[in-house]
Amino acid sequence: MELISCLQPNLWASLADEVPAWVNEKRNKTSVERTLRWLDACIALDAASGRNSLGVVVGGSSIEQRKLCATEVSKRNVSGFWIGGFGLGESVEERCSLLNAVTDCLPLEKPRIVSRLGLPEEVLEGVASGIDLFDSTYIYQLTMGGFALIFPIDMVEREMQNGVFDSSAGDSAKINLRATTYRKDMSRIVDGCTCFTCQNHTRAYLNHLINVHEMLAQILLEIHNTHHYLRFFRSIREAIKAGEFDIFWKQFVENRRSQIAAAAM
Amino acid sequence: MALRFEVLGRFNRARAARLTLPHFTCQTPLFMPVGTQGSTIKGLTTDQLETIGCQIILGNTYHLELRPGSQLIDDLGGLHKFMNWKRALLTDSGGFQMVSLLHLADITEEGVTFQSPVDGKPMLLTPEESINIQNNIGADIIMALDDVVKTTITGPRIEEAMYRTLRWIDRCIAAHKKPDVQNLFGIVQGGLDPVLRDICVRGLVERNLPGYAIGGLAGGEDKDSFWRVVAQCTAGLPEDKPRYVMGVGYPLDIVVCSALGADMYDCVYPTRTARFGSALVPEGVLKLKQNAMATDERPIDPSCPCMVCKNYTRAYLHCLVTKDPMGSQLLSYHNLSFMARLSRDLHMSILEGRFPEFVRGFLRVQFPKGDVPKWVHNAMEVAGIDISECCTPTNCQHDAMEAAGVDISEFCPPTRCP
Repeated sequence: MELISCLQPNLWASLADEVPAWVNEKRNKTSVERTLRWLDACIALDAASGRNSLGVVVGGSSIEQRKLCATEVSKRNVSGFWIGGFGLGESVEERCSLLNAVTDCLPLEKPRIVSRLGLPEEVLEGVASGIDLFDSTYIYQLTMGGFALIFPIDMVEREMQNGVFDSSAGDSAKINLRATTYRKDMSRIVDGCTCFTCQNHTRAYLNHLINVHEMLAQILLEIHNTHHYLRFFRSIREAIKAGEFDIFWKQFVENRRSQIAAAAM
Repeated sequence: MALRFEVLGRFNRARAARLTLPHFTCQTPLFMPVGTQGSTIKGLTTDQLETIGCQIILGNTYHLELRPGSQLIDDLGGLHKFMNWKRALLTDSGGFQMVSLLHLADITEEGVTFQSPVDGKPMLLTPEESINIQNNIGADIIMALDDVVKTTITGPRIEEAMYRTLRWIDRCIAAHKKPDVQNLFGIVQGGLDPVLRDICVRGLVERNLPGYAIGGLAGGEDKDSFWRVVAQCTAGLPEDKPRYVMGVGYPLDIVVCSALGADMYDCVYPTRTARFGSALVPEGVLKLKQNAMATDERPIDPSCPCMVCKNYTRAYLHCLVTKDPMGSQLLSYHNLSFMARLSRDLHMSILEGRFPEFVRGFLRVQFPKGDVPKWVHNAMEVAGIDISECCTPTNCQHDAMEAAGVDISEFCPPTRCP
């Protein structure tokens, strides 16, 4: 809490004992009890008595523990919830039911953040379960690997109107600009993308920068990837506001599946 | 010839000029930052370089030919298009890099022979090949392949190199396929020998090139020899063409050379020193890694209008430079801003008839104790600029003794008056 008071963040998460999905029952139970004790201790030491805090919800892969923890944390004077323990090796099916179990027990009017869920599909699942904020290293790892996001966002929006999927216009979610196939590719990462990188540079130039290990490569890629990813989130918000999130989600997943299938053929 | 050079103002030998190149109209004196491998400058975008005020940037021919290859660059429309830089570019010949980077580089009449860094095969960079590569890259200014020797070397090698440079310039001229859009500059060699330098200057001037560079300096020679070679060459080169001192350098050196009549400079110093955590300031250098910086809430330079000084404290930069490549990116940004402002100050002060005042102001800030090095004194005398008020005269009896005909050199350190 001393660190927190020095840094003066707008929001802070309480110290928690986050465990992965595969720990045994006893360890899991301990993590819940400890996390709650630590939450109370943090709030007690907080000058603002928890006004800017995010209570951490743990509970591993036990629906019961998750519900218990969520309910208990809700009783504290927190301004939001950090749902921990995901992205650590649980299966996709497990995660959905666990997330739902947690959010079912949380008040509607306070924000929920989940950590380590970064893939577009994971984000959509999280949103479906009632998550509001996501943090992950997804963009960073893409950039460091030389990948650029290209999954169609607008196309999906168009598809919502047409209901027809055109596989020839589609492409995979990302491209690896390190590949020699891009050496002379004078096109933009994403045609029509309004980010600085796409407005000013070509795939060929990025390919060159990556291959000569220039820092500018990461700078430009990070700009594009962040821009693209944030556009994705904006589309999600718009779909929800239009009452069409379910369609958006379904279209997106089907789109991805067809692309993967097409690529495999 | 694909440039226009118009002198707009003078002070004795110093000149402020407009240099019109195919891609950009520049103001001289100017400093050219050196691009690294991708011809980028340590993480800075072309956008940022424009904002900073860079007018010409240097591309390394050797690196670009290695990756991605000059042919590819040409296929894709030239380096300007490839990296999206709208202003001017200058490429070096590739020779210097080879000699300094490659262990087994050797120079013969044919060209520079070296071992390919890719597969170890013996390779040869001829004047023709160097010009061909530079034609592909498409820079506004291209440099002749010269036989460059370190100024710390003595003996017949220097003479050999100078004459070879003259023979090679003819081969470069013959090989140059785009004289209407690319300007081939010749490079004056000759070591520290005034006779050789003179022969080389005459030889190059005879060829009537668009511009001339003074090469073979900035390699460890003593400062007194350095400025004398620059002074001699600028005196011998034509008035109406740009003069480029290669590898310079420190702000002080640039001010002195400008006073002596040079127009263009390039050096890795500002960006390299940024990578080591040093920022250029009017007083000299600020080392951000020092412990004292950890709690210093001032910007690098309160008088600097650049984005870094407007947004970041020394404390924050101290944190970055010891841990994160972004530290060197921000310092490079500041250092290049500093150099661009220096260029602008030189141009404007000459143009507006206040060059001596500018020089005096510059020296006063760099040497607040008045300990201006002797070589600067000597150079400024030749440049016709009175800097006596910047220097503490008291302890140094040298000049007085000299005037009286008494030799007290054995009591004095060789290059500086204390």
